[in-house]
Amino acid sequence: MIDNHILAAIFVHLITAILQLIAWRKTITQRYLSVGGTFLALIVAIRLFEKVYAEGTLTLNASNWEAPFGIVFVADLLAVTLVLLTSLAGFAVSIFSTTGLSRQRMMYGYFPIFHFLLMGLIGAFLTGDIFNLYVWFEVIIISSFVLMTLGGRKAQLEGAIKYMALNILASMFFLTGIGILYGITGSLNMADLALKIQTVKNQNLIGITSIFFILGFGIKSAVFPLYYWLPSSYHTPPSAVAATFGGLLTKVGIYAMLRVFSLIFIPDEFTKQLLLVIAVLTILTGSLGALVKTNVRRLFSYLIVCHIGFMMGGLAMFTKIALMGTIFYLIHDIMVKTNMFLIAGVIRQLRGSMDMSKLGGIYGEYPKISLLIAIVLFSLVGIPPLSGFWPKIFLFQEAFGQGQYVFVGALIIGSLVTLYVIAHMWSEVFWKNAPEQSLLENKFAPMPLFKKILLILPVAILAGASLYIGLYAEGIVQVADRISNDLIDTTPYIEAVLGPKR
Amino acid sequence: MELLLILVLGLMYAAGVYLILRRSMIKLLLGIMMMGNGTNILIFVMGSITRGAPPVINSNHNIFQDIYADPIPQALILTAIVISFALSAFAIVLLKRAYALLQKDDLDDLNTPEEEDI
Repeated sequence: MIDNHILAAIFVHLITAILQLIAWRKTITQRYLSVGGTFLALIVAIRLFEKVYAEGTLTLNASNWEAPFGIVFVADLLAVTLVLLTSLAGFAVSIFSTTGLSRQRMMYGYFPIFHFLLMGLIGAFLTGDIFNLYVWFEVIIISSFVLMTLGGRKAQLEGAIKYMALNILASMFFLTGIGILYGITGSLNMADLALKIQTVKNQNLIGITSIFFILGFGIKSAVFPLYYWLPSSYHTPPSAVAATFGGLLTKVGIYAMLRVFSLIFIPDEFTKQLLLVIAVLTILTGSLGALVKTNVRRLFSYLIVCHIGFMMGGLAMFTKIALMGTIFYLIHDIMVKTNMFLIAGVIRQLRGSMDMSKLGGIYGEYPKISLLIAIVLFSLVGIPPLSGFWPKIFLFQEAFGQGQYVFVGALIIGSLVTLYVIAHMWSEVFWKNAPEQSLLENKFAPMPLFKKILLILPVAILAGASLYIGLYAEGIVQVADRISNDLIDTTPYIEAVLGPKR
Repeated sequence: MELLLILVLGLMYAAGVYLILRRSMIKLLLGIMMMGNGTNILIFVMGSITRGAPPVINSNHNIFQDIYADPIPQALILTAIVISFALSAFAIVLLKRAYALLQKDDLDDLNTPEEEDI
């Protein structure tokens, strides 16, 4: 079914960013525009989600070019769920940015670039054309380069060089893969590719081409041998920026893998084994890295890597239940990881540091804020009624069912280390008495109440979303169930794009 | 012609990989740019080079009559060139700023210990 509303969220961000460019250096106007724009995008995303949930996949042919020839935008349930989560995370980060960011950074265009980044993310989720996906990826990485370097401190530039080099390399692998794929099949439309790839005689060539996509998306989603750029760059930018990156950027890589490997390259035994080995090693290296870090944000960066492994494992097993686990984990992870970096920003405002040896006593001083943060940390660890718990059931169930005991072991180790690391952080940051030499400044206490609310409200919104995901798991499971059905049987997607006659 | 282009693009990929594996930041940048151009030639070759007519259909026909040149790879390359131009421009400025701060052109020196800022 053809529907023009698909692109509304993209245009909301585009227009907001352009208006903000007109209001260059008027930071107060930009703040209002940003919060208003992200709120509008959130409403648009909710309506789109409701529509797709009720009516099924919607498509839009750009400039009315028929499907396999022109660029097509496809809003299936997976895409709109991620658009909804991105919009919610974007709204929270936007509120946080109004106070959690230094004025100089706003002066040099933080807000417009932030909106371009969100636009790129939503575009990447909605496009149904593989070259168009590449273009949206470039929109994302160029915006993220600017956000990462904005401010120009030494550590930021150093992190940005590593980030830039590996992400450009990832795009290059991706583009190489697209070039070869076009040479083999003569098509760029993902639904059309799904049909044409089955008729190719030399299936080994397809297998080799898929390696380029594993490499490209692997670097972007930070899996085992390719993740080193992430922990060495994510701790450098401001917390608001790190929240957008940590919550959303690696998840685009996972989304692209889910899309490409369910639609175009159906994983064979070798690919499944390869992805599973990658997943196990990602969990192990990520969790071991998190064990030794004392800076809160570095610790969170390694936890991102660790939990990417959980999602990869679900994709590697490629059965309905495993994919349900992956989708549910993706939904939970976007909310929690965004919130974690916002919390790191709040801690930094409270104590002026993010090093655990210099922190302490926050629980005694701010019990209510600490309890709010505790909800998020419990969700991350996966204490039963909360959101991190449910996806793991599916992953464990399927891993046992398939006899993948190494992956089961990695899941257990990953979960236990997450628990240990978070418990350790809780005792160091919140329970331990503040260290003697309290030279560190508290920027939070002298703030007016309104600004305090602006800092805490986004954490509360995302914590509420996590609570909702955890306590209303039944509904989320239904969504994940439908999405994983779509991923296993892609006929509805292909028919929605190319028309029912095939 | 195709064989020549394949050799050239293989050489560009090889040179790009070699340069990326060096420790100098400038060589890293040159390597990335060289690999990007190699990718462009790859897409060009994959679109199968033919000495065909331009892809325009006569008004009295409904489909292509002769062999025609595929326009899509050229459109893809054009897009990729524009994007890689923007990325290279950004990368050059970033490396210049980093050099001004560090006074070094060695990737191994990019490890200043943590500094605290928002």
